Amino acid sequence: MSDSDDFVQFSGTEDYIASGPLVDAVNCAIALERPLFLKGEPGTGKTLLARHVAAGVSLPMESWHVKSTSKAADGLYVYDTVQRLNDARFGDGDVGDINHYIKLGPVGRSFDADQRHVLLIDEIDKADVEFPNDLLLELDEMRFTIMETGREVSAKHRPVVIITSNNEKELPDAFLRRCVFHFIDFPDPDLMRQIVDVHHPNLEQTLLDQVLIKFYWLREQNELRKKPSTSELIDWIAALQRGGVSQDALESSLPFVGALLKTEQDTEALGTYEERGGDLPKSWSDLGPRYNQ
Amino acid sequence: MFLDLFYGLRDAGVPVAIQEWQALISALEKGLHGSSLERFYYVSRACLVKSETYFDAFDMVFGRVFHGIEGSLPIHDEILDWLRDPKAFEGLTDEQREMLDRLSRDELMRKLFETMAEQSERHDGGGKWVGTGGHSPFGHGGEHPTGVRIGGPGGGRQAMKVWEQRKFREYRTDSTLDLRQWKVALKRLRHLTRDGIASELDLDETIDETCRNAGEIELVFKAPRRNNVRLLLLMDVGGTMDPYFEPVSRLLTALLEERGIREFRSYYFHNCIYERVYKNGFLRHDESIPTADLFRQLDSRWKVVVVGDAAMHPAELMEAHGNIDPRAETETPGIKWLMRIHDHFDRSVWINPDAPSSWEMTHTTRIVKRLFPMYHLSVDGLGEAVSALVGARTAAA
Repeated sequence: MSDSDDFVQFSGTEDYIASGPLVDAVNCAIALERPLFLKGEPGTGKTLLARHVAAGVSLPMESWHVKSTSKAADGLYVYDTVQRLNDARFGDGDVGDINHYIKLGPVGRSFDADQRHVLLIDEIDKADVEFPNDLLLELDEMRFTIMETGREVSAKHRPVVIITSNNEKELPDAFLRRCVFHFIDFPDPDLMRQIVDVHHPNLEQTLLDQVLIKFYWLREQNELRKKPSTSELIDWIAALQRGGVSQDALESSLPFVGALLKTEQDTEALGTYEERGGDLPKSWSDLGPRYNQ
Repeated sequence: MFLDLFYGLRDAGVPVAIQEWQALISALEKGLHGSSLERFYYVSRACLVKSETYFDAFDMVFGRVFHGIEGSLPIHDEILDWLRDPKAFEGLTDEQREMLDRLSRDELMRKLFETMAEQSERHDGGGKWVGTGGHSPFGHGGEHPTGVRIGGPGGGRQAMKVWEQRKFREYRTDSTLDLRQWKVALKRLRHLTRDGIASELDLDETIDETCRNAGEIELVFKAPRRNNVRLLLLMDVGGTMDPYFEPVSRLLTALLEERGIREFRSYYFHNCIYERVYKNGFLRHDESIPTADLFRQLDSRWKVVVVGDAAMHPAELMEAHGNIDPRAETETPGIKWLMRIHDHFDRSVWINPDAPSSWEMTHTTRIVKRLFPMYHLSVDGLGEAVSALVGARTAAA
């Protein structure tokens, strides 16, 4: 990466609307060759971003979806001992060469590749508390050693690492220190219009207005346990369009609310609100001052 | 000015270190801030701050350090005058005047900015952004000739808004102890319970090792999993404990999420423990169990953690019928119940959220402290308490 002056620049893609600060953070991470650490409400497009960064800078992508059982070493490589035993018993394959049974994980593959990769480590907070610490050196120096063969895998091209977290666990300081951090803020109505426009280009503006009013109103309600997010809005609009719901119908009711509210308590809470004769908002002025500046 | 930001952040409790600082410096060297104050704000925030809980503190420090930047632009009235009427400016050759005629006002502006950007860069590398960043918000000026108010409130205000509105205030927690630290402290609670003599066949490892050996059987033994930590948590609620609601509930969360603990129970009490302990913080009689039941149901191997400030009226602790709640029958003084708990269970600790310096000042705290080893409700204190629960017995305890 000697030619760091003309590093790859990301500026969003056709299908992904990224805010200015987010673009800056992505470019910052690319230029500094540090992992980009993304946090934000679920459904704000953290995982999607990696895919679009890869598309935006035209690099192939490796993704590693972390689970609660994931170990840091799994991402580097796995030594398939059972396969080797099996081969030894039945005389298949070349048992003598351990290399045949070493399978690189997503991190290992992105290091070993001949081309620069985008590496997504998704939902790192799902794993055990020590997981990020176990990856420190690997992400810092971009190399690791395969214990069984003594081979050192070091990154030919430092991958663009994107790490997402849903904030279920706090991550260690030493890990965070090495990252560029960005918090994906919930989109404001204007940005949301652009986002919806990408997914549903033929939506009438007046209908969209009603949809957004209802949507942001729902998000304002503190009684809801899980606030609807962008991806749910997109689904909801799709449902509304398929169902042929007119603008008038939407003004006074919330059809297909199941697309927005995902827990029973939330649906019930909305039901009681309507039973008690609570009004649904009809225009932006019914919403709080935050939307009426 | 940069260092002001760095130390300002540290003073405000934002954990920034040299490593983040270097990241920012190299980001600036690469020109990632694009010579704009607003983008500089985002780039520096991305490099320096690693949690949205510190965004608000960052906004405040940033605002303080860079406040008034827009007013101190290195552009002089002279230039302003010249811009207003370029041809009237003395010291231009006729040739230049002719050139100016051909230049539109917009182009002229752009030229000016380009030149100035170059100059200030050459002049002071370190303070680069002051030069470029400072007037860059006006870089858009090219499109709005009338809007070019150099040195006045231009686009810079817009950028300023971002951090002046402090929209991340709600994320602020001002937490001195975070959940992760709790968990790390609690982790020792399970680690220390797994040692012993390797007497159990480890099937997984045996298969693994055998495979590594390409088929030659290799037996692996491991210590039996004596994950016998059973924990009883007794929490004081209400009154003087109200200010500590946050840390106590965090401790509870950490304990509930701690998978290493074999069994876990928690009960509540108010001020002192008497005949009954309560299943939740509402302290209702129908949701309580007799304290004596704890002794019947739980054997002495259970570890007991009492969380409370132990500060109460001496009568509440020492006298019969001392319970502050008149509805509850309390013939036995509270201290008796505490002694029974202490005697029944092998290991018990008292975790006190009050500052350790104040413990000696309260009569009842002194008494309780003589009975239970007392630790502070902090990460260090919790670590010590865990050692006292599972570690080797020390002579003092």
